Amino acid sequence: MNVIDLAWWQLAIAASMVLALAGVSMVARLNVGKPILIAGARTVIQLTLIGLVLEALFAVGAFHWVALMATLMLLVAGREVMARQKHRLTGGWAFGIGTSAMFISGFTVTVLTLVVVIGPDPWYTPQYAIPLLGMLLGNTMTGVALSLDRLTEAVWRQRAVIENRLMLGQSWQEAIGDFRREAMRSGMMPMINAMAAAGIVSLPGMMTGQILGGSPPAVAVKYQILVMFTITVGSGFGAMVAVSAGSRRLFDERERLRVDRLSAART
Amino acid sequence: MTSDTSPSLKIQSLSVGALRPIDLTVAPGEVVCLSGESGSGKSRFLRAVADLEPHEGKVSLGDLDRASMPAHQWREQVMLVPAESQWWADRVGEHFCGPMPEALSALGFSDDVTSWEVARLSSGEKQRLAAIRALSCQPKALLLDEPTANLDDHSIQLFEQWILGVIQTKKMPVLWVAHDEAQMARVGQRHFRIQGDHWELDQ
Repeated sequence: MNVIDLAWWQLAIAASMVLALAGVSMVARLNVGKPILIAGARTVIQLTLIGLVLEALFAVGAFHWVALMATLMLLVAGREVMARQKHRLTGGWAFGIGTSAMFISGFTVTVLTLVVVIGPDPWYTPQYAIPLLGMLLGNTMTGVALSLDRLTEAVWRQRAVIENRLMLGQSWQEAIGDFRREAMRSGMMPMINAMAAAGIVSLPGMMTGQILGGSPPAVAVKYQILVMFTITVGSGFGAMVAVSAGSRRLFDERERLRVDRLSAART
Repeated sequence: MTSDTSPSLKIQSLSVGALRPIDLTVAPGEVVCLSGESGSGKSRFLRAVADLEPHEGKVSLGDLDRASMPAHQWREQVMLVPAESQWWADRVGEHFCGPMPEALSALGFSDDVTSWEVARLSSGEKQRLAAIRALSCQPKALLLDEPTANLDDHSIQLFEQWILGVIQTKKMPVLWVAHDEAQMARVGQRHFRIQGDHWELDQ
């Protein structure tokens, strides 16, 4: 495999183009000049750090280090899911439900894919486990965050509708059913669209990276298909688990709608 | 245990918000009117009876204790009709538990009202249809929250005549929140008024 390594001065050329973009947007008063610079700097720092961590992890390859890394990734994703909701469940439930949903669906799919489909030896080989889990968690996070945000937003706005349905003797599952289905659907839509557009509208990033890294396109394509399927399954089940648990938490043992369990919108 | 066909609604030391506990038994076919300034807690009181928000106290219907059954079954029998009704499907008929031809014609609706689009209903139509919708689910007791607030005089007269007929036929205990003194005199046998933090029987 002939991979052209990139020197830091070569990256500096790319960075100067980002600087040019920031400069132009400052002149045009778009108010994104500073955010571009900060985000660019974060990319460099975060990716360099994760590169160091991965190098160390690959060198060691011990199960408990892989597990620690996976747990950290999960917790960060859980925090991000919470941060993306406008009206979130209070008392740690937003974090708890988001994280458990990602754990249940993301980890199950990753382990299943590693053990049954790819089959590296040992199954937790970090070169396979960490990138796979990373892509899965990243997308499951989007699905879970979107669907939970949709659910809590709908309940916040439409509480009168849900309560009126309760007044007519409907069970809580019936009363919130439409919103629950809608929320689950919205968590799955991004991946359905991505699968439909893959290869035509966009060349998926993982595949592109693999080809740039020297893999034959046929191999890269097979990995990409595998990854898209696992991501779809992970984010789909993740959204379903999160919305089910979240909507249950919005009602108490007397099937009352408890909007007081949601926080008010942040300003 | 046979369930009573015409049960009374028994409220025991129910308190919600700042209101002091009240004991109140509404006989089958009796209408008890409730009034008070806006924000005094009348609607919250009805919501508490329907078990829609946390509160203190016990409620039973005949020999059925509320705490002994799932909440949605209780609300199906002790039905709250809110001042402002909500509609979630496209057409009126999709919200009904069963056909209500007599009620519809009694309140001046034509037969095709069930196929009407909800988006085109006026507030008065919505209010009357919400009451019909509630009765289509065959409740055993009613909690009415200002059921005629959006109606003109003629519609109010039709509504009172119709609902009192239904209440008498089905021997339903009814709590009716209102603010029009004349209406309370027409429809209610008793009248409680909220004064500050407690209920007063109006003589």
